[in-house]
Amino acid sequence: MSTRFVRRFDSTDRLLHGFLMLSFLGLAATGLPLIFSDEPWARRMASILGSFEVAGWMHRVCATILITVFAVHLVRLGKRLFLRRDLSVLWGPQSMVPQPRDAREAVQHVKWFLGRGARPRFDRYTYWEKFDYWAVFWGMGIIGASGLLLWFPVFFARMVPGWVFNVALLVHGEEALLAVGFIFTMHFFNGHLRPEKFPMDRVIFTGRVSLEELEDERPDEFARLSATGGLDALAVPPPEPWLVRLGSIIGTIAVVIGLVLVGFILYAVLT
Amino acid sequence: MKRWLVLFSVVFVATLSLVADMSATSSSDVSPSAQSKKAVKAPPAPAPAPANDDCLACHGDPDAKSEAGRNVAVDGAKFIDSVHGALDLKCVDCHADLKTFTDFPHESKLAKADCTSCHKDQVAAYDRSIHAAARRQSTGSVAATCTDCHSVHEMRQKDDPKSLTYPLNLPTTCGRCHGDPKVIAQGHIAIGNVADLYKDSIHGKAVSRSGLMVAANCTSCHGSHDIRKKSDPDSRVFRRNVPKVCGDCHEGIKAQYDAGVHGAALAKGNDKAPVCADCHTAHQIQRADTATWKLDTIRECGTCHVDKIATYRDTFHGQVTSLGFVRVAACSDCHGAHEIHGKGDARSKVSPAKVLQTCRTCHPTAGENFAKYDPHADKHSATRNPVLFYAAGFMKWLLIGVFGVFGLHAVLWLPRGFKVRREKGRHS
Repeated sequence: MSTRFVRRFDSTDRLLHGFLMLSFLGLAATGLPLIFSDEPWARRMASILGSFEVAGWMHRVCATILITVFAVHLVRLGKRLFLRRDLSVLWGPQSMVPQPRDAREAVQHVKWFLGRGARPRFDRYTYWEKFDYWAVFWGMGIIGASGLLLWFPVFFARMVPGWVFNVALLVHGEEALLAVGFIFTMHFFNGHLRPEKFPMDRVIFTGRVSLEELEDERPDEFARLSATGGLDALAVPPPEPWLVRLGSIIGTIAVVIGLVLVGFILYAVLT
Repeated sequence: MKRWLVLFSVVFVATLSLVADMSATSSSDVSPSAQSKKAVKAPPAPAPAPANDDCLACHGDPDAKSEAGRNVAVDGAKFIDSVHGALDLKCVDCHADLKTFTDFPHESKLAKADCTSCHKDQVAAYDRSIHAAARRQSTGSVAATCTDCHSVHEMRQKDDPKSLTYPLNLPTTCGRCHGDPKVIAQGHIAIGNVADLYKDSIHGKAVSRSGLMVAANCTSCHGSHDIRKKSDPDSRVFRRNVPKVCGDCHEGIKAQYDAGVHGAALAKGNDKAPVCADCHTAHQIQRADTATWKLDTIRECGTCHVDKIATYRDTFHGQVTSLGFVRVAACSDCHGAHEIHGKGDARSKVSPAKVLQTCRTCHPTAGENFAKYDPHADKHSATRNPVLFYAAGFMKWLLIGVFGVFGLHAVLWLPRGFKVRREKGRHS
């Protein structure tokens, strides 16, 4: 193991991800019983939560946290873009915006799966990470907007016709199912459970990645940082053992809760 | 004059024996058909019939046994206290085969006491009942006969609080058989222990806890002597007769029911139309504000309105009630309970003119647009809910697309991932 580490996520990123996890799990746990209201497990979950008023209250608290997380993220992006005139937000390796190289890397990656080519030399953000990011972005827009409509129906009914609420409820549920299903299977697999990472990647908890891992997984980023002296600028001490352990515990709990909920969903869908 | 004579003799005889006060004058013959003391003049008696004293000489002994060893004791005091005692009836008025008997003791087995001599109409009604039919069908039947409900020697009128048929006692009386597993099994009574079901019902509690004489007891719905099977069109509880029977007490509700679509359908002979007992049950009737009952009623509506319950379950209202909570709209909150009308009917709670008012019972500040929400939107109908239909289609394909692509992506990645891990292990 290399003892040299560089920073990948700053403390605000990690904190935001922490609140994102917490509120997302809370939203899933209090919302899924409604979608699967005719399932015995849904009734049990609802009765554990006490009443639908309590569940609804928790759902709204979590929603408020998540909307706040989203708003803080947007403000940070805005600051980078407008105050610091940092255009790397919009294009290039530091940007989450999909770019031609993402398409090339996706194709190349699949070729590599099939043993027909070398592994793509990824930079800071891979195409599947960008998909995760935009899925949340899109989900925030769709689920957040429809959720607000359903939260204050009488208020919004002054502006929009009644059928919008029919659509809002459907879209809120289906999109939530997509988000929950995607995060608890694909994000878990891509980020943590796939053999190279198993049992989990703790970078989102520690914010730090070893040089060896960086060079192996994101060779273009490593090369870019090496060439510009960025490696020294980003150098940090290795993560404290307690932080690694805390990350493992939180990560494990989240993954277990997520997989249990996915199990419930699969059970409901398949039976 | 007769009354003086009776009184005199009663006082006189009472001094002779503790139980002898049962006897009226030996010369007076109270006709079995007499309905009161002051009835009919006694015809001259051809032969002296055995007096009650004569009977009680043996049967007055609490340990009196027949040859077969059966206890044949009769409590004379209780008989006097009974309605028959008050009428000065004599033992042989019912046990008529001993009327001219003199050579006591009599044979062990007597003919069954015949109630018809006085209670012709009641016995005729009983003969049409399911109880009588069961007895005719099987000699070993324990189906109720007169004495099971009215007792043997201690008959009382039904307004007497000590009577087995007093309204507040009646459920217990019927429950002696209808709460007894052996009788239930022998009679193949499908509903089972109906006494327990009734006991916990709002009617049962009104009797047992509140002592309400007006509360429905068994006979209020089933009748008394001519209780019939519910499949019998002449039965009070035959499907089509149920609203009328409930309406005996719940007259206002009956009027609403008759005015609504369900009552009208039933009147036209549609047996699928719900009657009172379909929603309220027959014996376990609950307060209409209990959660379990409210939730059951939604399901009950759904047994006919299959498409409506499906679309209801797609809404927040339907999901919350499905989870077991009731603070959201159930069927009756929007459509009414007893007087339900079609949407096109101006009287309907969901008619265009009234629907906003109905929404406002829960959403007090709701406006016109709000009431245009479709509480039974069908995502499978492109004509009724076009936007919803296409939104549902889009979401479906989005889910299939995302999970399909990334599922395949993961499946392909997995073996490669294992290989990488193995190689890493080899290098380190």
